[in-house]
Amino acid sequence: MSDFVPGSSYLSSLIGGALIGTAAVLLMALLGRIAGISGILGGLQTAAPGDRAWRAAFLVGLPLGALIAALVWAPPEQTLVAGWPTIVLGGLLVGIGTRMGSGCTSGHGVCGLARMSRRSLVATPTFMLAAAGTVLVVRHVL
Amino acid sequence: MSSERSQRSRGGLEVAAALAVGALFGFGLALSGMLDPAKVIGFLDLFGDWDPSLAFVMGGALLVSTPGYLWLRRRGGPSLLAGALSWPTRTDVDRPLVLGAVLFGVGWGLVGLCPGPALAGWIFLGLPILVFVLAMVVGSFAWGSLGATR
Repeated sequence: MSDFVPGSSYLSSLIGGALIGTAAVLLMALLGRIAGISGILGGLQTAAPGDRAWRAAFLVGLPLGALIAALVWAPPEQTLVAGWPTIVLGGLLVGIGTRMGSGCTSGHGVCGLARMSRRSLVATPTFMLAAAGTVLVVRHVL
Repeated sequence: MSSERSQRSRGGLEVAAALAVGALFGFGLALSGMLDPAKVIGFLDLFGDWDPSLAFVMGGALLVSTPGYLWLRRRGGPSLLAGALSWPTRTDVDRPLVLGAVLFGVGWGLVGLCPGPALAGWIFLGLPILVFVLAMVVGSFAWGSLGATR
């Protein structure tokens, strides 16, 4: 156990991914819901009052699970390469973009691709390419 | 009376299940390496010193979610705790889908955080991540309220 470092190997990425996929299947089996993080967040604003408690509980669970992993092994590396204005701009873009585009890495990437959704088959390569293009410009062009 | 009580306890179960599944998701994110923005940017840096390890995260997730969803669809019937399975039904590829995905991708590439890792990783109280989460919620809710007034 002690030589296993979260986030440092292909194996830990694969296991972490499999647990994320398991959570997605469980959320559908137990509550009938898609495990898209941006959609769960957005629903806190617009869903019917009776449809909000599970969303809040899920979003409380997320950091608790990360905290448990940190207590079992070690706190995760969290190195930021962006400065303050970029962090604010990036946050706004991620918030607006995921709401406008009805999903993020989990909703379109994990859940949408799993059910071969046409919209997710378009959205996922689109945001991956936009992200890779942005890194290309920021790191190698500017 | 008794049905009211069972309704309420079912609501409690629903919330407890959502909390536990959210925790499993966050635990998986922590193992995956997605909580580290620098590592995510290394994964997105296709034309530089590419770190392919995070491809295993989506791969590992799909390895479970694809057969899991297929099985749930075949099985049909309601969810265990909260009524029918609500599968998304839209199939149209419209401009907001594509433009939204582009804006999201640019933000993701600028900082290295997408919604899940941001909403799981703020617990370690790094100020930049807390600020990112705040900006992300403002962006999401601002777009949501625009949508509601149209």
